[in-house]
Amino acid sequence: MSAFVSLLKRDMRLAVRVGGGALMGAFFFLIVVVMVPFAMGPDLNLLSRIGPAILWIGALLASLLALDRLFATDHEDGSLDLLMMGGMPLELVVAAKAIAHWLSTGLPLVLITPLLALMLNVELRAMGPLMLTLTVGTPALTFIGLVGAALSVALRRGGLLLAVLVLPLTVPVLIFGVAAANAAIVGPTPFGPPFTILCGLSLMSLVVGPVAAAAALRHGLE
Amino acid sequence: MQLIGDNLQCVRGGREVFAGLNFSLMDGEALVVTGRNGAGKSSLLRVIAGLVRLAGGRLELDGGLPEATVAEQAHYLGHQDALKPSLSVAENLQFWAEFLRIEGGIEIIPALQAVDLAPLADLPAAYLSAGQRRRLSIARLIALKRPIWLLDEPTSALDVASQARLANLMRGHLAGGGLIIAATHGPVGLDNPRELQIGPA
Repeated sequence: MSAFVSLLKRDMRLAVRVGGGALMGAFFFLIVVVMVPFAMGPDLNLLSRIGPAILWIGALLASLLALDRLFATDHEDGSLDLLMMGGMPLELVVAAKAIAHWLSTGLPLVLITPLLALMLNVELRAMGPLMLTLTVGTPALTFIGLVGAALSVALRRGGLLLAVLVLPLTVPVLIFGVAAANAAIVGPTPFGPPFTILCGLSLMSLVVGPVAAAAALRHGLE
Repeated sequence: MQLIGDNLQCVRGGREVFAGLNFSLMDGEALVVTGRNGAGKSSLLRVIAGLVRLAGGRLELDGGLPEATVAEQAHYLGHQDALKPSLSVAENLQFWAEFLRIEGGIEIIPALQAVDLAPLADLPAAYLSAGQRRRLSIARLIALKRPIWLLDEPTSALDVASQARLANLMRGHLAGGGLIIAATHGPVGLDNPRELQIGPA
């Protein structure tokens, strides 16, 4: 277990140091959401109606932004070889890296959401449920993206391929995330059912993501 | 402790790199792997390190830890240094020692002293020269004990003094009952190592 913790700590440390880009996702999220009202015009009713969708699309793109480098840097500098030689199963190695990635890029997205929601005219009472959907949904995005990152590890410019591979798989998360957020903000459908399905999708990706990513890494590194 | 490779075969990218390779190595012995470029020296080390799938044959370690694989009891010093430029020298070493540890203790400062990097412990690894990076990788072998050392061109980028220091460390490892397999083109500074030639001379 100490190997798990030290890998988690190392990746967090790398993310907040020079060139780590921990907050880049959050800034990208900010820019995307700020641009939308300029494009749509100052129609407050329209903004509050499509607000959840904009926030979710922004969070989706922002969490994919840094994902392509998750294994690529370790592959290039030889770290991945040593990561495979530890006593810890590769599935746990991959999971530790994903958790560190979510803590350094996904969590900041969730934390700045209230600020962005204000710009989109989301009511104060809907802020809590909206943050809750993103807290539950962004780990799913990271763990689904993990598989794409592992598949594109040996490619020089895997970023675009990653987006093409991963975005279709995130559609269910997007649908139920936006549905739950909409239920909280606009009503009248209940918040419970879509939110529970979102939780289920998230838990499933937490289990399937590391196993699939580890298999992809093993296969790719011959 | 005995490391046995029996009729090893390696296939990479659909091409057979080597086949029918045999060796056996007792503790305290070193094996120097020689051969032309592309003969499969690095591939052999990567097969033993568990990084390339063994296409055929049998690889066994007698007398090691019962629960651990051969790869988990081996240190691999490859062409790349596996260092993160934004972490300091000591942080890089500390991480690998903690991550690779299966049993036994970790010695960071003595390991840095052994490769003469102790004064630079707090410097980010980005500022190290190629030779210093190599020495920091070698410090990993000292900081955490594993019985098998797999060294791929260990003397590359090292100056004469560092090569002598590495030879000393290797002799110390053998004297402590370790095994060394080194792929190299030149002399590594060991007395009477066993030799394994891959492919035609």
